[in-house]
Amino acid sequence: MMETAHFLLDGVAVPFAEGQTILEAARAAGRYIPHLCWHPDFPPHGSCKLCIVAVGGRHLSACATPAVDGAVVASDVPEINAERRALLQMLFVEGNHFCPSCEKSGLCQLQALASELGMTTPRFNHFYPDRPVDASHPDVLLDFNRCIYCELCVRASRDQDGKSVFALTNRGIHKHLVVNAESGRLGDTDFAADDVAAGICPVGVILRKRVGFAVPIGSRTYDTRPISAVSMDREEP
Amino acid sequence: MPRSAALEAELAMQACGRRPEHLLQMLIRLQEVFGHLPPEALTRLAAVLGLPRARIEGVAGFYSFLHTRPVGRYRLLFPDNIIDRMLGVPRLMDRICRNLWIEPGLLSEDGLVSADTTSCIGMGDQGPSMLVNGRSLTALDDARADALCERIRAGEPLSAWPAEWFAVADNIRRRDMLLSAPPVPGEALAAAQARGRAAWLDEMHASGLRGRGGAGFATARKWQACRDAAGERRVVVCNADEGEPGTFKDRVLLTRMADAVFEGMTLAAWAVGADQGFLYLRGEYRYLRAPLQAVLEARRSAGLLGHHIRGVDGFDFDIEIHLGAGAYVCGEESALLESLEGRRGTPRIRPPFPVTHGYLGRPTVVNNVETLAACCLVAIHGGAWFAGHGSAASSGSKLLSVSGDVARPGVYEYPFGVRVREVLDDAGAVDTLAVQLGGAAGIMLAEHEFDRRIGFEDLPTAGALMVFDGRRDPFEVAANFVRFFAHESCGFCTPCRVGTQLLAGYMDKLAAGNGSFRDLADIEWLDRLLKNASHCGLGSSAPNPVIDGLRNFRPAFERRLKNADFQPAFDLDKALERARQMTGRDDAEAHLDNSPERP
Amino acid sequence: MSGEAKLKVATVSLAGCFGCHMSLLDMDERIIELLEHVEFERSPLTDIKRVGRCDIGLIEGGVCNAENVQVLREFRRCCHTLVALGACAVNGGLPAQRNHLDVGQCLQAVYLSRQGLAGGRVPDDPELPLPLDKVHPVHEVVRIDYFLPGCPPSGELIFTFLSDLIRGRSPRLGHPALRYD
Ligand SMILES: Cc1cc2nc3c(=O)[nH]c(=O)nc-3n(C[C@H](O)[C@H](O)[C@H](O)COP(=O)(O)O)c2cc1C
Ligand code: SF4
Ligand code: SF4
Ligand code: SF4
Ligand code: FES
Repeated sequence: MMETAHFLLDGVAVPFAEGQTILEAARAAGRYIPHLCWHPDFPPHGSCKLCIVAVGGRHLSACATPAVDGAVVASDVPEINAERRALLQMLFVEGNHFCPSCEKSGLCQLQALASELGMTTPRFNHFYPDRPVDASHPDVLLDFNRCIYCELCVRASRDQDGKSVFALTNRGIHKHLVVNAESGRLGDTDFAADDVAAGICPVGVILRKRVGFAVPIGSRTYDTRPISAVSMDREEP
Repeated sequence: MPRSAALEAELAMQACGRRPEHLLQMLIRLQEVFGHLPPEALTRLAAVLGLPRARIEGVAGFYSFLHTRPVGRYRLLFPDNIIDRMLGVPRLMDRICRNLWIEPGLLSEDGLVSADTTSCIGMGDQGPSMLVNGRSLTALDDARADALCERIRAGEPLSAWPAEWFAVADNIRRRDMLLSAPPVPGEALAAAQARGRAAWLDEMHASGLRGRGGAGFATARKWQACRDAAGERRVVVCNADEGEPGTFKDRVLLTRMADAVFEGMTLAAWAVGADQGFLYLRGEYRYLRAPLQAVLEARRSAGLLGHHIRGVDGFDFDIEIHLGAGAYVCGEESALLESLEGRRGTPRIRPPFPVTHGYLGRPTVVNNVETLAACCLVAIHGGAWFAGHGSAASSGSKLLSVSGDVARPGVYEYPFGVRVREVLDDAGAVDTLAVQLGGAAGIMLAEHEFDRRIGFEDLPTAGALMVFDGRRDPFEVAANFVRFFAHESCGFCTPCRVGTQLLAGYMDKLAAGNGSFRDLADIEWLDRLLKNASHCGLGSSAPNPVIDGLRNFRPAFERRLKNADFQPAFDLDKALERARQMTGRDDAEAHLDNSPERP
Repeated sequence: MSGEAKLKVATVSLAGCFGCHMSLLDMDERIIELLEHVEFERSPLTDIKRVGRCDIGLIEGGVCNAENVQVLREFRRCCHTLVALGACAVNGGLPAQRNHLDVGQCLQAVYLSRQGLAGGRVPDDPELPLPLDKVHPVHEVVRIDYFLPGCPPSGELIFTFLSDLIRGRSPRLGHPALRYD
C-alpha cells in the first residue's frame, strides 16, 4: 500500500493532498494554526504573519506555503509563539485598541488570539494614530482605529459582493482603508448591511449600527472558548 | 484651466489604450499634465476604465511620486541617502527653502513651489543632486542653488534652464569585459540565432552567469524554468528600478549601452520564446526614457525588434518602457510585476514564482539590467569563455557603484573575486572606517573585512559600495538606512510595516541620546523578527544595517545610551510644553526632570 | 505560603477610575488570606502618602500629568517589582482616547469656550499638576516587570497573580483569565 504524503506538525503526522497549504492540511486534520488574514472562503493573503511556523530552519506563513512530504513543521512551540505575540503587539500599538469601549470585544479575533497566546502587554510604544471614524452610512459604522489590514473586506466586497467598496491606499505605516466614493464616505457608496463584507471584519472596524454590546459579557464568542477551538467549528468547503 | 480635468483624463487614456494594466502609466501621464491628480480626474478615470474608484485611489496613494493633493508648479525633491547627506544636500535644501520662503513638506502659498526629501535618486557620484519636476539636477553648489531659485521665482520653464545643470556624467573609472567592448547592435543576437534556441540556452548554462540584481540566481535556470512552464505568451522584463541606495551602475548601462541591454532582453526572448518585453524604469530616471525610446525605434528599424527578428520566421518580440513612480519595493520582482499590471507594488505570495505565473499570469523572466547586458558577451564569445572569467562560483565581471568618501566616485568594473581593499585603493579612499556593500540592504564591513572578496562565494552584492571614512559616524549611517526602509516599506505585512517603524523609533531615541540597554535588546529582538517573519526581501533585510552596526561598530551605538536600563522614548518635559503655554506657568512643578532613574 | 516576614505592597491609582482598586477589594474573604502574607504600604487603602521600600507596587491607571510621572517614578524607585494593573496602566485605556486631540485645545474647550464660562481662564495654580500632551501607559515611562490587563482584572485574578508573585512563581495568563475588557 502506498503511504499518503504527510508532514510532521509539532511531532504529529498530518496527511495532505497535493496543493494543500500547511494550514489547510492542519485544519483538515483537526489541528489549529493561528491566523488572522486567512479565511476559509478566500485564497491566502499572507499579510498578518500570525500563521508563522518553522519549517527546517526557516519561518514561513503556513497559510501560503504548500505542504511538502516529510517536512518537519513547528507551530505551537515557545519560539514561534513568542514571534506571534510580538506580531500581535505590533498590531495593538499601531492602531488604537481600547477593548473596554469596543463593540467587538469578546467577538474579536485579534483580542482572542492575544488572550490565548498570553499577550499581557503591548510592550512597544504606542503610535496613537489619528484616524477619524466614518459614521456616514445609515446602517454601518467604520472605526478605522482597529484595522489590521487583512483585506478581508476588500476581498469580500470585490469577489463576493461584486461591489469593490473597499481598497487600501498609501503605503508603509501610512497605509489605510478607503471606500469607493469621491467623498471618501461610506454613505456615498452602494454598501449594504447585508453585504458579505459587512460581516467579515475579524476586528472592530466594520460594525453594524444599533446592535453593539447586544451579547452580555460572559456569553460572547470567545468568553468561554478559546479561538483555537472556535476557529475549528467551521466545516471547510 | 482651459480644459477640465475630466477631459484630460480621457485624453490620457486615449494615449494609453484604456487597459487596466496601464493604470499606473495613465496616472503618471495625467500628472504630467496637471501637476497632481485631482479627485474628479480619478473619478472620471474610474468610470472610463470601468475600475472601482477606490482601486485607482489605492494605486495613486502607493507611489511617492504621485500626488493626490496639489503640489507646486516646481516640485523640488532632495535625496536623503546618507551619501547625499554627506555631500551636503540637507544644507543646500535648507538654503533653497530659505531663499524661496518655503517649508519642506508644504506647498508655498502661491502654489509655485513645494519641496521635500526623497530616497536615493541614483546620483551618488554626481555631487549634490536633486530632482526638479522629476528631472535630475546635478553638481549643485551654492551658486547654482541661488540661480535656480531666481529662475523659479521668474517662473522660467525647465526647458529654458541651462542644459549643463542637468548633465549626468557616466564616470566610468574602470573597464573590464563588459564596459570595454560594447557589442555592435545585432552581433550577439546573430550569434545566438545561429546556434538555435536550445543550443543558445545551453550556452547560457555553460556560462554560469548569475543574476546581478542581488539574489544571484542562475540566469539560465530561470530562463529554462520559464521556457518549460505551461502557458502562452511569455514575457521578458528588464528590472531597471535600481532603487537600492548608493547604486547607479544600471543608469550608466542604460545611458552608454542601452543597445546591449535591449539585445540581452531579446536574447532572453529567443531562449524562452517570449513575444513581449518590458523595461521597468524607475521614475527617478525618467530623463532616460526618450533616449531609450529612440534606441528601441532604431532597433525596430534595423529589424532587431518587432516581427521576424533578423528575418527569422516566428521570432516576434518587442519592448515597452514602463515608468515607476517612486517605490523602492517595486524592484522586488513580484512587486514589479504588480506595478507593471497597474497595481500597488505589493510583493506577491511565492510560490508560484514569476517564471510560471508572472505578468498577467504568464510565464515571465525578470532580470537585472546588468545581467541582460552580460548575456551579450555570452552570445558573442560563448559560455565557456565567459565562465573563464571571474571566480569559480561567480563567472564574469561585476559593475560597482562607488560613492562616499573616495577621491573618484563612479562605476568600476572588476572580474568577480576582487578584494574590497583593491576597490578602495583604486577609488582613492583614505582612512576608511566602514564600507556599506550592496546598498542599505547589504552589509556593513569594517577594516578587518576589507580583504574579503566580492563574489557569490563570499560577498554577494548588487554592486553599491558606499565608503565612509574616519570622520563619519557608523550609527548615523545605520540610522539613515533604517529610516529608508521605514519609508519604503510597502506596508503589506505586519512585521515590516510596524517593525521598520519601531526600529526607526529606537534609532531616533538613540540619536537623541536617550537610549537604554534595554533598547539594544529590543532592537536585536526586532531584528530577528523582521528577518524571520517578513513577507519579502525588503523587510528581511531592513535590520541588516543595525545588525552589522552592532556587530562591527557597537561603541557607536553604546555611546548613545544613558547609563540606565530604561529610558522613556519621549521627552517628558517637552510633553508639558503645551500645558505650560496654556497656563502661562513656569514654576518648578511645571517641569519634569528628564534624567534617567537609576535602577 | 509560609509564615515568613510579610511582603510589603504599595498601590496607587494614576489616571484610572479606581475600578482596579475596587477589584482588589473584591476578593472578599481571600483578602484576609492575602493579608497573612502581605501588608499594605502607601495605598488609597491605607492613606499612607509616601512610599517606603516595598516588595511589590501595583499601578492602576495610565500617566496623564506631571504628578503621575513623579509618583510613578517614586514607585519605581521604591518597589522591587512593579506591576501594571488594568487596561489603563497597560495601554492608556479610556484617558488615552484624548491622544489624537491637542491638549491645549482641550484645556481651552474646558475652561475658556464652554458656555457660561465667559471670561474664564485656564487655572495656573502651581498645586495643580500640568497635563502631558499625551496619555501614556506606564511601561512607556518607567520599567515595568509584570502586566495584568483587564478592565478591571477580577479580584480572583488579582489574588492568583499576587499569590504567584509571593510564591516566586511566574504568573501565567491565558484564555479565559487573560482579558482586555
Ligand atoms: C526590496 C527589493 C528591491 C529590489 N530591487 C531591485 C532592483 O532595483 N533591481 C534589480 O535588478 N533587482 C532588484 N531586486 C531583486 C529582484 O527581486 C530580482 O531578484 C532581480 O531583478 C532578478 O534579476 P537577476 O536574476 O538578473 O539578478 C530587489 C529585491 C528586493 C527584495
Ligand atoms: S478590535 Fe479587538 S482588539 Fe481592538 S479594541 Fe476592539 S476588541 Fe479590542
Ligand atoms: S476593515 Fe476589517 S476586514 Fe477590512 S482590512 Fe481592516 S481589519 Fe480587515
Ligand atoms: S516585507 Fe515590507 S516591503 Fe515586503 S511585503 Fe512586507 S511590508 Fe511589504
Ligand atoms: S494567516 Fe497566514 S499570513 Fe495571515
